[in-house]
Amino acid sequence: MPDTAVITADRLTKRFGDFTAVDAVSFEVRKGEIFGFLGANGAGKTTAMRMLCGLSRPTSGNASVAGCDVYRQPELIKRNIGYMSQKFSLYEDLTVRENIQLFGGIYRLSNARIREKTARLLEQLQLEKQAGSLVRSLPLGWKQKLAFSIAIVHEPAIVFLDEPTGGVDPMMRKEFWTMIYGAADRGITVFVTTHYMDEAEYCNRVTIMVDGRIEALDTPARLMQEHAAGSMDEVFLNLARKAKRTE
Amino acid sequence: MRQLWIFVRKEWYHIWRDRRTLLILIGMPVVQIVLYGFALTNEVKNSNIAVLDAAQDASSIALTQEIAASRYFHLREYVRSPRDIGAVFRTGKIRMAVVIPRNFRQDLLHTNHAQVQLLADASDPNTANTLTNYAMAIINDYQSSLNRNEPLPYTIHTQLRMLYNPELKGAYNFVPGVMAMVLMIVCAMMTSIAIVREKEMGTMEVILVSPLRPFRIVIAKTIPYLLISVLNIASILMLSVYALDVPIAGNIWLLMGESTLFTALSLSVGLLISNSTKSQRMAQFTSMMSLFLPTLVFSGFLFPVENMPFPLQVISNFVPAKWYFIIVKDVMIKGLGLWAVWKETLILAAMTALLLGISIRNFKIRLS
Repeated sequence: MPDTAVITADRLTKRFGDFTAVDAVSFEVRKGEIFGFLGANGAGKTTAMRMLCGLSRPTSGNASVAGCDVYRQPELIKRNIGYMSQKFSLYEDLTVRENIQLFGGIYRLSNARIREKTARLLEQLQLEKQAGSLVRSLPLGWKQKLAFSIAIVHEPAIVFLDEPTGGVDPMMRKEFWTMIYGAADRGITVFVTTHYMDEAEYCNRVTIMVDGRIEALDTPARLMQEHAAGSMDEVFLNLARKAKRTE
Repeated sequence: MRQLWIFVRKEWYHIWRDRRTLLILIGMPVVQIVLYGFALTNEVKNSNIAVLDAAQDASSIALTQEIAASRYFHLREYVRSPRDIGAVFRTGKIRMAVVIPRNFRQDLLHTNHAQVQLLADASDPNTANTLTNYAMAIINDYQSSLNRNEPLPYTIHTQLRMLYNPELKGAYNFVPGVMAMVLMIVCAMMTSIAIVREKEMGTMEVILVSPLRPFRIVIAKTIPYLLISVLNIASILMLSVYALDVPIAGNIWLLMGESTLFTALSLSVGLLISNSTKSQRMAQFTSMMSLFLPTLVFSGFLFPVENMPFPLQVISNFVPAKWYFIIVKDVMIKGLGLWAVWKETLILAAMTALLLGISIRNFKIRLS
């Protein structure tokens, strides 16, 4: 069971003209895993993620997500994944409740299920009082937590998080990661990009991308051992030094 | 279907919570109708004139009274000498002067050859033309009233009938124009902004990753604006019937149908703009430049297309508002049926199909 791959990428490549954003990356993500995707800005992690979500068509290579091929079944993939982007992914001029209802509806939950989910989410996030206020009025940390809850409102097989904790204070980040663990415990595979190295240590396995290529892929503990480093930060600096690309 | 409805409701929340924009959308047709109807009118009413009556006889007084009694003119003052005429014109208080020479009645009765001079301020050529035409018509009337007593051997009576618009009201021309403009702007600009806003906010990505089909997203985005447009058409028509006394001569359902077709066309133009722009500001600017001006200039609403140089006439054929303007005039003002406008309808339908096809295809490319 822990060895079933829910994402496989095989020499996945994306070129924009002469520029190779993602250069033949191969990896597997197992079911229920928290898989960290690390890299400097412009290393190609967001592009790789976009290909897996069906937002961007690969130039070459193969990939399958939740058992569906990224070229032939992008619509099927979409039903089985959740997504939260680094840019804010909720509607600011809709209320908390309306956002939950909207995404529940888009992911084809029944009305009864939406009602039930809404009540539970509001309780979990302690947002009952704010249910009728516009998302715009919430503090950023709460918005991110709400966005994450909504990204998994339909209990997807995999949730993709693109720098979900950008700009949030450390305390909130910790709470956010507690939520991520909760989702992983329920069997949702988490694919997360970040450039906070302390967060990398929360992941089961991490890949480090440098200039569009995967330079390392292992558990944080083993990577630190391998590079004789005391923290993921050192591992990263060690690898990122090779980078030629700047933003 | 439920997905679509939920998305439409979300769009409606966006519109409803942005009260200022909503107010502009609904208020714009009213403001435009009022503006064109009452402020920017090119009809002539109560224009100030001066009279130099050198004859001061029964005929000259009668003629002056005829002119002053008409609703087009207001007799502001009498002047004494030709030099004074120039002075009064220079003050800008009058737009036309009537000069009746000495011995007017004698000339009229004995030599059958009297003269009246009309001087008009032609710095505004259209108004000058209109004023002199009105004055000439009054003078002709006066002349024929004199002849009634003494039958002439040969006379030709010209009978004038202004068809479709007997009172020569400007409203008959600008109501269709305002309809074309309001629909084009509300639909095209607002849909393009609505879509580009989601791109800017980053929510478009989340929507594109969801199982919602792009086609449905597009449809859901356009439905609320379609409804607002129907409301706008209704308010323009009500205003024109009740405030401007422009009746709807033709079939109202045909008119509504044609307007919906034009609305669909405008919506697809908006989609096309949203595909090729990245920011709301850019979308707004592109809509203004590519829609507002051509609609104003080439629809035939302000300037007759037949008077334009040939290359511009060719260009005007690609401006959808031109065809819609023709349709509205034919159906609403002249009361014609579908048989008269089927060609224009077909052109609009073809344009809609083409633009909608292109924009939905482009929307998909973005996805893959």
